[in-house]
Amino acid sequence: MVEVVQDSPALGIQVREPAASAARVEHLVKRFGSGPVVLDDVSLSVRPGEFVCVIGASGCGKSTLLSLLAGLEQPDAGSVSVAGGRAALMFQEPALLPWLTAGGNVELALRLRGVPRRARRDDARELLRLVRLDGAAGQRPHELSGGMRQRVALARALAQRSSVLLMDEPFASLDAITRDVLHEELMRVWQETGVSIVFVTHNVREAVRLGQRVLLLSSRPGRVIESWDVDIAGTRRIESPSVAAQALEITDRLREEIRRHAA
Amino acid sequence: MRPDPGGAVTTAAPVAEGSLESLERGLDALEAAGPRSRPRWRRVSSAVLPPLVAVGLLLLIWQLLIWAEIKPRYVFPSPGDVWAALVEQWQTGALQRAVWLSVSRGLLGFAASVLIGTPLGLLVARVRPVRTALAPILSGLQSLPSVAWVPAGILWFGLSPGTIYFVVLLGAVPSIANGTISGVDQVPPLYLRVGRVLGARGLRAARHIVMPAALPGYVGGLKQGWAFAWRSLMAAELITQSPRLGTGLGQLLDTGRQLSDVGLVFGMILAILAVGVAIDRLLFSPLERGVLRRRGLLVE
Repeated sequence: MVEVVQDSPALGIQVREPAASAARVEHLVKRFGSGPVVLDDVSLSVRPGEFVCVIGASGCGKSTLLSLLAGLEQPDAGSVSVAGGRAALMFQEPALLPWLTAGGNVELALRLRGVPRRARRDDARELLRLVRLDGAAGQRPHELSGGMRQRVALARALAQRSSVLLMDEPFASLDAITRDVLHEELMRVWQETGVSIVFVTHNVREAVRLGQRVLLLSSRPGRVIESWDVDIAGTRRIESPSVAAQALEITDRLREEIRRHAA
Repeated sequence: MRPDPGGAVTTAAPVAEGSLESLERGLDALEAAGPRSRPRWRRVSSAVLPPLVAVGLLLLIWQLLIWAEIKPRYVFPSPGDVWAALVEQWQTGALQRAVWLSVSRGLLGFAASVLIGTPLGLLVARVRPVRTALAPILSGLQSLPSVAWVPAGILWFGLSPGTIYFVVLLGAVPSIANGTISGVDQVPPLYLRVGRVLGARGLRAARHIVMPAALPGYVGGLKQGWAFAWRSLMAAELITQSPRLGTGLGQLLDTGRQLSDVGLVFGMILAILAVGVAIDRLLFSPLERGVLRRRGLLVE
């Protein structure tokens, strides 16, 4: 596996060595009120700069796991720790604030982080350039396409300068062509910034296409039941036979897990 | 960062880099909503013509009813009679003075209502015990015709401007407060989550997320608040007659009644209508449309 050591002064993201974990959850338990247990004894550790994909059927608590990592929910038991305190989170919807321009959305993230006014505009431009949208800074969210909005959301998430980026099915509502392009874009941004990514999806191929490691969560309750290292050399595409082969193996395991609920 | 020798990380080769960029720019160009704008004269004409046609038709029907002589002229004036009454009031300067007096009172009362209604609405929307206590009263007050407050106002403040402002405030404050409450209530929960992820809590969340997100509902409340302020003002002016109050549009309307000058009565009704519509069209509609357009919520 990759131990990533990267300094990216332009983006201010520093991943420290030696590789402590960028994010770690231990024996995590979460239930909502008196409902069923959503996450049961989940432990996982994300290395700095690592790209981890989490897959599972509906109701496996994937999104809950991200909410806990992002600090939006509190665990009932167990611990959550994220290097640098707070993780950035991207949703399935771009969730851009419609009263701000693309640049304004990124600048708000900088402002809430305490970046002084003078530096904000330049920093926002820099981040939009990273997702190749420097020309769209003055545009309103409704003037952008779905893929462009999600790239602005990515730039805004990166503006938080967290060492961990959580992504909750961020490409699920995009068309296949745009999703494919954004996969490449995300790989490029990941490599340029050295940020650790926890990427939740129900699309097994997408997980194998992107991740260095794929975790399978069981449903009701959610537990990490299997983990695969993705060892595919060379350029990965969603159509690659090697991606398809590993996705098939994981899908079979996922189906087995889903069948367990038939009884 | 580059892949380790084991090749666990795979990347697009540098050669593919340029092609990804052009692919992406192509997608952006194809998918982004281009500016769709019609020529200005067509937008203006499609906005202005239909109401003009409607007003013209109403005038025609009115004139036809006059020609049919369904009622004697001293009860039911013709468009010409009303026009003559308006011209007469204009020439003496009474109409301009009445419009100025009423509009300045209306806007002053409205401004005071905004200053009271906005914090009140925010308080009710955000503080649960206050909401439980006051929300039913506020929506009840909104359905109470504010003219009902005129007798109480006269008893408390006498025949003074105080009575008129009292009635205007009781008419407009509840609807501005209710607009603020519904604006805050309708903030999509997703924006609140975004705010929390970005680290906005408490006052900073209110300033950067809740208040801008609530703006469309709030502006709707302002618009309705103006309508209530204007209505309440006219009700108060119509009932209160005193030299201390001067002659607003409502008082001029009541003068017409006392003189059995039916042309003046109808003229003043039209003037009150025209002022209300004009303020809405010149002030509140552009404000509301601007807010909605910037957010892509306006269907043109």
